[in-house]
Amino acid sequence: MTVTSCNIQKPNLGEVIEKYKEFPGSLLDLLHEVQEIDGYLSRDVMQQIAEGLGISESKVYGVATFYSLFKTAPTGQFIIRICESAPCHIRGAQEVLEAIEETLGIKPGETTLDGKFTLEFTSCLGLCGVAPAIMINDQVYGNLTSDRVKEVLLNF
Amino acid sequence: MEMVKVTVDNQQVEVPKGSTILEAAKKVGIKIPTLCYHEDLDVKAMCRICVVEVVGARTLQAACSQPVSDGMVIITNSPAVRRARKINLELLLSNHPQDCLNCVRNQRCELQSLADQLGVQQQRFRPKTKTKSPRDESTAALIRDPEKCILCRRCVEVCHQVQSVGAISPANRGIDTEIAPAGGVDLNDVACVQCGQCSLVCPVGAIYEQDHTERVWSALADSSKHVVVQTAPAIRVSIGEEFGLEPGQVSTGKLVAALRRLGFARVFDTDFTADLTIIEEGHELLERLNKGGTLPMITSCSPGWIKFIEHFYPEYLAHLSTCKSPQQMFGALAKTYYAEKTGIDPKDIYVVSIMPCTAKKYECGRPEMTDSGYADVDAALTTRELAKMIRLAGIDFASLPEEEYDAPLGISTGAAVIFGASGGVMEAALRTVYEVVTEETLASVDFKAVRGLEGIKEAEVDLKGTKVKVAVANGLGNARKLMDLIKEGKADYQFIEIMCCPGGCIGGGGQPIPTTNAIREKRIKAIYDADLGLPLRKSHENPAVKTLYEEFLKKPLGEKSHHLLHTDYTKRGKYPEAANR
Repeated sequence: MTVTSCNIQKPNLGEVIEKYKEFPGSLLDLLHEVQEIDGYLSRDVMQQIAEGLGISESKVYGVATFYSLFKTAPTGQFIIRICESAPCHIRGAQEVLEAIEETLGIKPGETTLDGKFTLEFTSCLGLCGVAPAIMINDQVYGNLTSDRVKEVLLNF
Repeated sequence: MEMVKVTVDNQQVEVPKGSTILEAAKKVGIKIPTLCYHEDLDVKAMCRICVVEVVGARTLQAACSQPVSDGMVIITNSPAVRRARKINLELLLSNHPQDCLNCVRNQRCELQSLADQLGVQQQRFRPKTKTKSPRDESTAALIRDPEKCILCRRCVEVCHQVQSVGAISPANRGIDTEIAPAGGVDLNDVACVQCGQCSLVCPVGAIYEQDHTERVWSALADSSKHVVVQTAPAIRVSIGEEFGLEPGQVSTGKLVAALRRLGFARVFDTDFTADLTIIEEGHELLERLNKGGTLPMITSCSPGWIKFIEHFYPEYLAHLSTCKSPQQMFGALAKTYYAEKTGIDPKDIYVVSIMPCTAKKYECGRPEMTDSGYADVDAALTTRELAKMIRLAGIDFASLPEEEYDAPLGISTGAAVIFGASGGVMEAALRTVYEVVTEETLASVDFKAVRGLEGIKEAEVDLKGTKVKVAVANGLGNARKLMDLIKEGKADYQFIEIMCCPGGCIGGGGQPIPTTNAIREKRIKAIYDADLGLPLRKSHENPAVKTLYEEFLKKPLGEKSHHLLHTDYTKRGKYPEAANR
């Protein structure tokens, strides 16, 4: 397992906005960096971004909801993304999904009560060679079965 | 200009370089069907209804966005083109309620017309199962129905680019995409000014005005009510379009006749209080000039503009004239002055206004608009709603006789008529202010520098040595530019007129659909024709207004005026519900 960057100081919203405001078309980079602060983009944060860049909040919201990697609501500490593309499906993604649902007691789109895990679908991860595959935050897990995925989850 | 030669359906045509296929085809008399395209807005090429064959191209091309090149051979009507257009349309229809009979845009819907034109006669694709967000009826003026939306993005563009409001944007992705306010909240919870420009460009029934016709029908049927109506200056030059008349015709007399036939007890004119506005606002300007008040003073007739400054420039509200809009002045006087004069209990007077505007519905519901002791205005119908009532009543508008407004609240001047076009309030004010200050009669009452569709117009007037610099803006994008100048301390104007909608009220969000810039130009011309045709063209010459001051108000900016005709404003901020979260 990789060590997450918990010791690095989180960026400051005002500083991030200041860094990007002079560069047209920098909204995506800015949103990525800002999302690292709280793990999601709140209305307040999106309003401050809109103010900083001189664009409307509706536009920021539109971009934030277009890309699945941006979150507009709090998520769990770990986001499990399960591939819903055909190769993973054929290789047993459904069983893997059911195993995750059973272990964590959540459905796709939901977060565990302790705030630890969020489960969601993703389109192809490009990992068809090790299908079925999932990602947990930045880490990839392939060749999964229902037993192996339960093992993976136990390590968190 | 560099020209290129192209062939469209075997016809040779020469067009300027950079023209689109759509424009080239138009030149040889072929109207390629379009849906998301709008002549006044940027090309979006979203809907793919306008596809054509270009010889040598691998795929069909969107005619609205594809520029022509020299020697290009275009085929606009082939089996492949017809098939593709129809499939694209059928896919849109499969994601759209099959509920035309119950739709506000039935028979006035671009999607419906295309289905007819492209020969759709059966539903080949399984209708959608995915439901969208519920209908949003949160605002006083507008209703959004995401189920009907075809995602053409015209409303988004008009809201962002033209009005610089940005209340709605595409949110989410793919099948989940909706045009929505930030956060997916209701429209009333964001800084929407309710101008209704979105409703003018919507090709379907996805954004439209809140209905006030039902309450008006009820009032008309209630024998205990004395129902009076006022008509905004811009209605007389647009209502005819709803009945097949060419844009640019003045239908004042027929409009009055139609209203009388609908059963209104008195047919009055907002022009009366437009003249009154000039007297009050003119004196307010002179007082500010003489006593060092906040300058530049900005007009306050346009409720969309008022809501805009309250949301986006709340720290500059002191620049606004304290005058209520003519609609609201009318309501306040109808339930006081008129009630006294006729001996009718104001609680039995029901005031209806016919407005080119959706924001007027919002304005008449503002809590401060009750200075008569009642809601000053009870219902505000758009031009479109009035036309609906006239049709329902079976009145043949085109063959109506020309009739006159009732006295006294129907008496007005040419200065009031031009309130309907951008620059009109300024020109009307200058006609009066000049004569009040200089005590001389104007040789020419026409101030042509402030007329027309141009976004920002400037002029300077010499009031016997005192130079007054004025500016006029129409469309909120232009208003924003002027406000930013004021913010930066660079605006050396004394008086500014701002109208929310492009072209002023003749281009308002409640006007007939379509309202394009070409049609706006024709309505503007009609407004000045109407002004020219009137015997009195200066507000201070209005005899009914003079009587009003003698009998009731006593003097401009007096105590009664202050109470009934002036108001104050509310700091709303850009994020009105942020505090509630």
